[in-house]
Amino acid sequence: MADSLDQIFVLLKHWLVGFVPTGWQPLISAALSIAAIIVVFATLFAITTWLERKGLGRIQNRYGPNRVGPFGLLQPAADGIKALTKEDLVPRAADKVVHYLAPIALLLPVLLSYAVLPVGRNMVGVDIEAGVLFFFAVGAATELSVFMAGWSSRNKYALFGAMRAIAQMVSYEIPLILSSVTVIMMVGSLSTVNIVAAQAGYGGWLPDWFVFTPWGFAGFVLFMIAAAAESNRSPFDLPEGESEIIAGYFIEYSGFKFALFFLAEYLGMFAISGLGITLFLGGWNAPAAWLTWIPSWAWFFIKLVAIIFVFIWIRGTMPRLRMDQLMNFAWKFMLPLTLINLVAAAVWHFMPPGLPRWLVCGALVVAPYFLLGRALFERKDLGKRVYRYAD
Amino acid sequence: MSLPFAIIAMLTIAAAVAAMSLRNLVHCALALTVAFAGLAAAFLQLDAQFVGFAQILVYVGAVAILIVFAVLLTRGGEAPEKTVFSASWFWGLLVAVTVFGALAWAITNSFASQLAPAEKVDATVKQIGDALMTKFVLPLEVIGLLLTAALIGAVIIAMREESSKTKIEDGRSKIDKTVPPSSILHPPSSGGQQ
Repeated sequence: MADSLDQIFVLLKHWLVGFVPTGWQPLISAALSIAAIIVVFATLFAITTWLERKGLGRIQNRYGPNRVGPFGLLQPAADGIKALTKEDLVPRAADKVVHYLAPIALLLPVLLSYAVLPVGRNMVGVDIEAGVLFFFAVGAATELSVFMAGWSSRNKYALFGAMRAIAQMVSYEIPLILSSVTVIMMVGSLSTVNIVAAQAGYGGWLPDWFVFTPWGFAGFVLFMIAAAAESNRSPFDLPEGESEIIAGYFIEYSGFKFALFFLAEYLGMFAISGLGITLFLGGWNAPAAWLTWIPSWAWFFIKLVAIIFVFIWIRGTMPRLRMDQLMNFAWKFMLPLTLINLVAAAVWHFMPPGLPRWLVCGALVVAPYFLLGRALFERKDLGKRVYRYAD
Repeated sequence: MSLPFAIIAMLTIAAAVAAMSLRNLVHCALALTVAFAGLAAAFLQLDAQFVGFAQILVYVGAVAILIVFAVLLTRGGEAPEKTVFSASWFWGLLVAVTVFGALAWAITNSFASQLAPAEKVDATVKQIGDALMTKFVLPLEVIGLLLTAALIGAVIIAMREESSKTKIEDGRSKIDKTVPPSSILHPPSSGGQQ
């Protein structure tokens, strides 16, 4: 029973594909997978906007949406209708073609990246050999779309936002990739399916997830920080910076084009969180052997929603970084730590299992963190901030 | 010639032609990016996954951004008033055709073209990695050294002079106050803000 529940969507797809002639089956199978990905993650996007507004409201001691439907649950539908019925304004001086193409060019790579995410047992769009590389390659294509949006709007703030976004994405892509290289080194494969399979066991009282190793924990934290920066989430939301540059690169977009930017941003966040789950949190594996009766796809989405919750929590808690802080953090702190983490992973691989391995690798992760943090703070001379006039 | 190859080839060539002939420099850069992506698709069609994805990661992700930034920081990406075709286009075309003819003749008569095509090998990403780390480790290290030298050189060129680094009173290091190039502050066309 539990097994068939686990595979219910796979069986459903096989049953549906069985109705079409043999020649069409691969095409229909692919189309069904694509439709499922779009429907499920777009729904998750709608739920997340509601969850985020409710969560932020809770953190900021207010109600959040509570007018449309019970607990404001139908708010996303109202927002969608509003976006559809709004006038689509294009500035007269804008570069019409590029302005039109930018939201599409942003959403397309984001949707493509879902192809390699295993959301459950036997539930992956395509299992390609270089899956992780594919994910990062299509992710890199979004930078140009952001530039297209910012440049074609012919607006100072839009161009500023695009410049900021590109500088930020290029900088944080390096720690993002380097922190996931540790996992690829340990598994010896770029395929996302193989990476999940490598984390399937339950040794002792912890599952064999990579996050429960010193290098894996450091890698996971670095990965999620870089992921927040890549998806322009607070505290790295400088490209939007509504108090300084109004809304950044999508300032000149209205109506459903704006909604597309919004959608692409959230889908990008889900995708990169999904990759984080695949690389470090055991993918769709259950956290304990006695919990395996819960379907694998449910575990993936439980982990995803947990990460989304942390993102919302951080957004409600942290102030926005300044541009120089953002760059210093990426290049002087994250980059050295990810490089040292690579060494820690290599040491872990070559030492025999046991307590010494934990101690050595733990020291290799914790010591640089403290030393580097201290050194950077000393040079900065950060103390209590003294205000000359505002006290 | 299969249909996917025909589509990819047409798209790549059309994008490359557009990159040469469009009036606006930023449009040219974007068209060039499409050509890069088309090349990546051609690699993928040959089952060279690693090269194809690396092509997208490096060229679409980094080189295109570099080109676009270079265009914005230097010329502002403004479309030229007059035609983009040079006045001496006839002589240019003549030279290009001559060079292409000479190269094509040399290639078709070369020793390499007489060889039988190599049999198709199924190179996995793992095999490429193994080869890079064992047989070709020296070239890899040399390339790494070269890139590091280029990186350090770029940082030295971009580094500010020591004298301009002053501390302000409350002890926090000064925020970067260098004025960005005017091309960033003022978007390419003045049309947007009449």
